[in-house]
Amino acid sequence: MRLGSGVFAACCVVIQVLGVAVFLRGFFPVSLRPVSQVQPQPPAPEPAAGTSSNWTQLPPAIFRKVIIMLVDALRDDFVFGSKGVQFMPYTKYLMEKGFAHNFIAEAKPPTVTMPRIKALMTGSIPGFIDVVMNFNSPVLLEDNLIGQAKAAGKRVIFYGDDTWIKLFPKHFVEYDGTTSFFVPDFKEVDDNVTRHLDTVLKREDWDILILHYLGLDHIGHLTGPHSSLIGPKLKEMDYILKKIHISLLSKEKEASLPHLLVLCGDHGMSEAGGHGASSVEEVSTPLLLISSAFHRKMGNLQPPKHVQQTDLAATLAVGLGLPIPKNSVGSILYPVVEKRTMREQLRFLHLNSVQLSRLLQENVPMYEKDPGFQQFKVSEKLHGNWIKLYLEGNNSEVLLNLGKKVLKQYLDALKTLSMSLSKQVAQYDMYSMMVGAIIVLEITILLLLSTPKALCQNAAFEIPLSSSSFSLLFYLMVLILSAVHVIICTSAERTCFLCSISWLMAVGVMMLISALLCVIVALLTKTFENVRPSAQNLAASSSGWSELDLLILFGTLGHVLSLGASSFIEEEHQTWYFLINTLCLALGHEVFRNHFLGKDLDHNLAVEQNIKKNAKNVLQYKNDYVDVPETSKIYKASSSMELLPKVYEKWLQLASPWFILICCRLLRTLNQTGVQWAHRLDFGHWLTSSDHKIELSVLTCLSLIMIFVLVQRRCSSVSKVAMALGLLGVFCYRAAIGNVLLPWQRDRKSISKGIIEARFVYVFVLGILFTGIKDLLKSQIIFADVSIKSLGLWDIYNGLVLLAALLLRPHNLPVLVFSLLIQAVMTKFIWKPLKHDAAQVTIMHYWFGQAFFYFQGNSNNIATLDISAGFVGLESFIEVPALFLTVFATYIGPILWAIHLLSFLSSENNRSSAISHASFCYALICSIPVSAYIILVTSLRYHLFIWSVFSPKLLYEGVHLFITATICVFFIVMDQTNLIKP
Amino acid sequence: MKILRPKDVKTKGMRQINVRGGSQRVLALCLLFVHFESLPYGERLQGSTMKDADIKRLFYVHIFCIVSIILTTFIPSFFLEDFSVLETHLTWLCICSMCVAIINVVLYLQVKPNPSSKRSSIFHKISRLLKSCVYFFISCLLFHAIIVLYGAPLIELMLETFLFAVILSTFTTLPCLCLLGPNIKAWLRVFTRNGATSIWDNSLQITTMSSVIGAWLGAFPIPLDWERPWQVWPISCTLGATFGYMAGLLISPVWIYRNRKQLTYKSR
Repeated sequence: MRLGSGVFAACCVVIQVLGVAVFLRGFFPVSLRPVSQVQPQPPAPEPAAGTSSNWTQLPPAIFRKVIIMLVDALRDDFVFGSKGVQFMPYTKYLMEKGFAHNFIAEAKPPTVTMPRIKALMTGSIPGFIDVVMNFNSPVLLEDNLIGQAKAAGKRVIFYGDDTWIKLFPKHFVEYDGTTSFFVPDFKEVDDNVTRHLDTVLKREDWDILILHYLGLDHIGHLTGPHSSLIGPKLKEMDYILKKIHISLLSKEKEASLPHLLVLCGDHGMSEAGGHGASSVEEVSTPLLLISSAFHRKMGNLQPPKHVQQTDLAATLAVGLGLPIPKNSVGSILYPVVEKRTMREQLRFLHLNSVQLSRLLQENVPMYEKDPGFQQFKVSEKLHGNWIKLYLEGNNSEVLLNLGKKVLKQYLDALKTLSMSLSKQVAQYDMYSMMVGAIIVLEITILLLLSTPKALCQNAAFEIPLSSSSFSLLFYLMVLILSAVHVIICTSAERTCFLCSISWLMAVGVMMLISALLCVIVALLTKTFENVRPSAQNLAASSSGWSELDLLILFGTLGHVLSLGASSFIEEEHQTWYFLINTLCLALGHEVFRNHFLGKDLDHNLAVEQNIKKNAKNVLQYKNDYVDVPETSKIYKASSSMELLPKVYEKWLQLASPWFILICCRLLRTLNQTGVQWAHRLDFGHWLTSSDHKIELSVLTCLSLIMIFVLVQRRCSSVSKVAMALGLLGVFCYRAAIGNVLLPWQRDRKSISKGIIEARFVYVFVLGILFTGIKDLLKSQIIFADVSIKSLGLWDIYNGLVLLAALLLRPHNLPVLVFSLLIQAVMTKFIWKPLKHDAAQVTIMHYWFGQAFFYFQGNSNNIATLDISAGFVGLESFIEVPALFLTVFATYIGPILWAIHLLSFLSSENNRSSAISHASFCYALICSIPVSAYIILVTSLRYHLFIWSVFSPKLLYEGVHLFITATICVFFIVMDQTNLIKP
Repeated sequence: MKILRPKDVKTKGMRQINVRGGSQRVLALCLLFVHFESLPYGERLQGSTMKDADIKRLFYVHIFCIVSIILTTFIPSFFLEDFSVLETHLTWLCICSMCVAIINVVLYLQVKPNPSSKRSSIFHKISRLLKSCVYFFISCLLFHAIIVLYGAPLIELMLETFLFAVILSTFTTLPCLCLLGPNIKAWLRVFTRNGATSIWDNSLQITTMSSVIGAWLGAFPIPLDWERPWQVWPISCTLGATFGYMAGLLISPVWIYRNRKQLTYKSR
């Protein structure tokens, strides 16, 4: 089968996306434990040796009412540190008086709100994929505390973050949700919660009250943990705590059972103010249990103990007399129950360990070997003996001592069980992962093998598909793989994805794998047949590599290798900045050599030194222009001019790499991303702080004007007007949502969501895109003018620029401006005069695209994802457009550079095979890191940072590959129109 | 075949012993050693003899440079209290760049690989010296600018960055200044693909490239979270540059010796 290299590359990338999808499906198991419907199991009876115990019911509740006050992003040092002493005096007083048990609860990454709420309420550790689901919270089906409470007839009231309402839609008798996506507001979200408090506290018709305060998190996102806004917010929280506690105390006088007040945070706050990763600051949250039931001696304020966040679910369940949620991996916080009688204490611990060991039995095939399980069995036996003694009426010192021993045994068993269960979370579906990885690898090898042929002049080559797909090897492979499939699927204990799909599809996957393998084998044999005559050619060509080629090769290799280290993934932006800086220097060197040392200089040095330089230069210029008839109109125009502008242009050319370097350095200061230096002050934070609104307004205005100036050169007249109006709309939108100030608007108007303005811009975006597509269609039908096609492509590019201007964060407009500026400079002074081939231009575009991805402030961390882009111009969350807008806003850099590549290559109509070369190179250079990374992640799957560092990067890579595939297909569509023409 | 005995070389070597200063006696001895070592090779064809002797000389000069760099890491600890390369890095940087600079200047003045044909006046010499100083300073500034463009902080740690630029120019620009003089055209000639006219030019190319590449590679460990003292800016880069320079010093004689058949230089 004969294929153009572009088509071939696009097909390969599309198949690779499928492979990555299968891999991801195996890597992120959607539900770890089968979500069986909650069937009420009878509580485990008390163990007893010989005589049967009479206590088979659940123990009664310890607390009558529970209030959970959850403060989003409450970090441990906000309560226990110096800030706590300063701003939370009442909490401090409670701790000192001994009314409170204080712990530092460790949250497991990802430290994002929804998985944390799940962890608090179910006691299980949600998988990483929950982060992705976080933006579209589905109903929580797992056994959880709220569901248990509802089943037991308790009335639950909730005020706060509406994530809870999405998770528990029918569980609350009364609720009021506040949305967490509108970050600039940190006063009203909390007032909306507090306003209900007075009435609710007076009422008696509830058992559980949950308050979720978002303000602190919003302050953190806006200004970081050291801002002056944190103090007053903590004071406000302390005041609310005081109010609740006093009202609870006043009620307790007539009640029989005490109340419990829980103050906790869902996750911490990093030094930059965000959250999502696993730094100590993000993971440590305070957990305060306040009740009059706890009487400790005053004065001995111990440092808080470290516990797991999941322990709260079990503790609350016991405290409320509910069964412990089935999938909870937490153990009871022992200090809460230590004032109860010995029999009750043992009963609580027994219930907890029975639940944990059941969970272990369900998830671990060799559970009997587990040390925790063995400890549990021992302690259960001892417990039985103790009960026997107790029921016999033995009430001596012996009983107490034995009881203490059993207690200690239980606590140890709980700890071990909890530990080994937490480890069970990462269960990979290895079979799907292997299949996905094999597909991805085969595609990459295929691309690599076909590189020399794909980049030859006619950009088309023979794929031995039909011959190899009927070979013996193919059938053998299919048979073997099917056999392996059957064996794996019948023997596997856990369900795996590939076994759950229909067998036809599975056979299809097997056939795909074996077909790819056969093609690779065929290609390999072909290359080995031709290897002898071409060996010398290869040696000759490798010596002809320029410094730029070497840099590109080693840069790509170095980047791929760097993916193996977690620090390099966290700081990947540094790699890219470093590479593009080196690229710019290499280009500067090339420009310099091109000007000062012409090609003759290398050979005739002695002559060169004696001849006058100027005369030589002029001659050389003339030669150049004779050689290169295809250079653009601007260039021709300048060549017809006199010597002076030429010299002028020469200096401009010499300066251009340095100009780009300076631009990159400026952009670097705009957004400080990564982990190690994320706390450094950056220009973006300075701009977004509320004191510098005027500066931001001026900058936005200037940037929009610059964008217009840079873009309008290539617009058709209609889209020029549309562009201007659209950019005006962008400014209005930013003014409406309160990012910037309009000059005539002095006072702060009420902030709206700017829906009308955003939709106004969308109309123009669609209009420009439509004009572009119309031109493209026209060029395809009429075959008349190539310039129409490139005009159409530029229009599409401009439409995307306008959309990017709308969606970027307010301080990021300079990124767009610099991107356009660098593209213009590179086109005019570097790519065109230096005559780089399509492959080099493509890889440079890819590198710059990657660097701009990080210039935007992205990182390989979920926390930097800008979800607010998905809500621009939408009344509420609509999945498809929100997803599209978020993905586009995140990948603006790579997408714009890729589309620019297409437009640039097609406007230079001299090279017919350029676009297919570009498409092939783009596919190749994107697929190499992905396949290398997939192998790395598979081998590092038990690494400590697998969830916090490697998995987010895997998701980013997956989405990037998907975008690459889309872009390659787009390239092909454009190229096809080109092929029809002759 | 006539036995070649370059008497003038020997006398030159003897003259060097009389250089004042104790520390330079070592240097002078070394130079003498270089000359004596080169003698037996004089019994071959003149062209290849010249080349072999030159390579030999180059090798010993380079070995001397490497040893002196190594000496700078622990000799100062006898004179300065709590001196170590990592903790008092800036002091070491100063000492190392001073040492390398002095050795380069002295060695090249004595060895004179490219003897200038025309006798020049004192005035001319001084102007050359001044020009060289200005060029050196400019190259420091240029390196500083490039380092900042690579992402070094602009305002804080300015001294560290500048000293890094200084040591980088010591490794690259200073040998160029010594060998080629303040002559941009000659520099351009040497740093083009086939522009070298002597083994000294070749060794210049190799050492310069390797020190720049060493500095470039030295930036890689900075983002790693190992929390080691040598990861602090600019230690890893300066160490990278130093190792690169030393590697270049070692590699260049070997490389030239290996490729001595292919290297044909046009006489100027």
